[in-house]
Amino acid sequence: MKRSRFPYIVTAVVLVFFYLPILILVIESFNASRFGGAWRGFSFRWYARLFHEPAIWQAAKNTLLIAVSVTCLSLILGTMSALALHRFAKSRIQRFHYTLIYTPLVVPEILMGISLLMAFVAVGVRLGMLTIVLAHATFCISYVALTVLGRLQDFDFTIVEAARDLGATSWTATRRVLLPMLAPGLAAAGLIAFTLSLDDFVITFFVAGPGAETLPLHVYSMIKHGATPLINALSTLLLAVTFTTIFLSQRLNKSGALEGGQ
Amino acid sequence: MNAGRRARRLQEFLLTLPSFFWLSLFFLVPTVLVFILAFRPADPFGGIGQGWTTATIRSLADPQYLAIAWRTLWVSAVSTGLCLLLAVPTGYAVARASERRRNTILMLVIVPFWTSFLIRVFAWKSILHPEGFIKKALEFLGVVDPSTQLLYNLTAVILVTVYTSLPFAILPIYAAAEKFDYRLIEAARDLGARPFQAFRKVFLPGIRQGLITAVLVVFIPDLGSYIIPDIVGGPGNELLGNKIAQRVFVDRNLPLAGGLSIVLILAVLAPLLSVLVLQGKKGGTQPPPGNAAS
Repeated sequence: MKRSRFPYIVTAVVLVFFYLPILILVIESFNASRFGGAWRGFSFRWYARLFHEPAIWQAAKNTLLIAVSVTCLSLILGTMSALALHRFAKSRIQRFHYTLIYTPLVVPEILMGISLLMAFVAVGVRLGMLTIVLAHATFCISYVALTVLGRLQDFDFTIVEAARDLGATSWTATRRVLLPMLAPGLAAAGLIAFTLSLDDFVITFFVAGPGAETLPLHVYSMIKHGATPLINALSTLLLAVTFTTIFLSQRLNKSGALEGGQ
Repeated sequence: MNAGRRARRLQEFLLTLPSFFWLSLFFLVPTVLVFILAFRPADPFGGIGQGWTTATIRSLADPQYLAIAWRTLWVSAVSTGLCLLLAVPTGYAVARASERRRNTILMLVIVPFWTSFLIRVFAWKSILHPEGFIKKALEFLGVVDPSTQLLYNLTAVILVTVYTSLPFAILPIYAAAEKFDYRLIEAARDLGARPFQAFRKVFLPGIRQGLITAVLVVFIPDLGSYIIPDIVGGPGNELLGNKIAQRVFVDRNLPLAGGLSIVLILAVLAPLLSVLVLQGKKGGTQPPPGNAAS
């Protein structure tokens, strides 16, 4: 029976649709023209200009500081949560716990932003770097927990049982056997949290205070106030960072699959 | 044994407490707070006043807000429909491709998800711009008139919404299509079904779970869309998300922002609950929709 070519054509169109805008943005970032559109020759001038914008570097520093703190926080909380969800899967508490972990993923970001803003205002917390870290960690925990939970479900627990049989306490077996073998999964989860924190705009926009500008916030104000070629250059740099991160996490995934052994 | 059980309880408690506490404090309580603060008056300094009032909630009946709520639903529904139209053939094609090719395509579908949302929306703004690539290309092909404005209309909002939501629709549909038993289609064809009939009566019901998940993970976030209408929509095409942000950043009226958020929460809950009820009726406890992101 001959299969229709239609689905394959749609897939090709979809992939072009996905990458065309990104590709054009990258190409435009090397366009010497100030207004985009017509090609005025290849140039690094917009990248050079980026180096003379102290606000961007300050924002980059803030973004990194936030992303690193968020990654650590959400890795610890998310991994503990995944262990609880996995080990006590049948308990009623864990069913509620799972809902609590899962719901932030389906709630529109703007709702999380506004509700956190209201909570911070109601309690009287000063908006700034701290509030951004708290907000980012809140949605990153869910991603970390579900990623690690997925790994745990594929994990060969006979190895942990063997350690227990050989006299290891539950804690020792977790620390010396489970966690090291889970390391690639944890690293992948950490990269997810890191990227999400790095890229978040909506929630950050709501809970950021004066003096706590992140890169996405800066990009947004650049979009609002013109400066197109500079945004192209900055975006291309950020895309390069993201692509590198994905590449790394892909590598980790592969080694994780080898070690995990289904 | 009793001591062992108690140790287990303690272990569960210690492992669960941190994330439980954190999410209650920073997710559950703030969400409840939105409902409470919407009944507080705004104070002139952008904070929350004392006493209680229902004026905010009553002010939501303003036709301006009703029109915006309706537009939000409409844009989300059309975008979701378009996403499904593209995602079903793509999900099918990926599921039926050879393993190597499948991994490559899946990777290509997931990567845009990881790149900055803001940058992807901005990329569309610059190519739809009067001097942008798409506009120039369409002009060159004679499809559009030089005076046609591609940016700042609802079509642009829907186009970019589809662009950003499509990976979320493709992944669950692919996951369902991958598990589908394609011999069923052959059987239907052998029994005389035409290709489209087999597709509609056998394949689509077979990937039902994937379709439901796709609708939820596209429709719900689209309801809260804010950046897209803000950047490519222009002032006449605002959605609920823009109104919430304006109440926060322009006139600093947090209770009114809270009231509008309640409308959004109800709009989000409606499709979620209806799916839960429908699936409950079908019997069997389905696991919650798969996480499209991981």
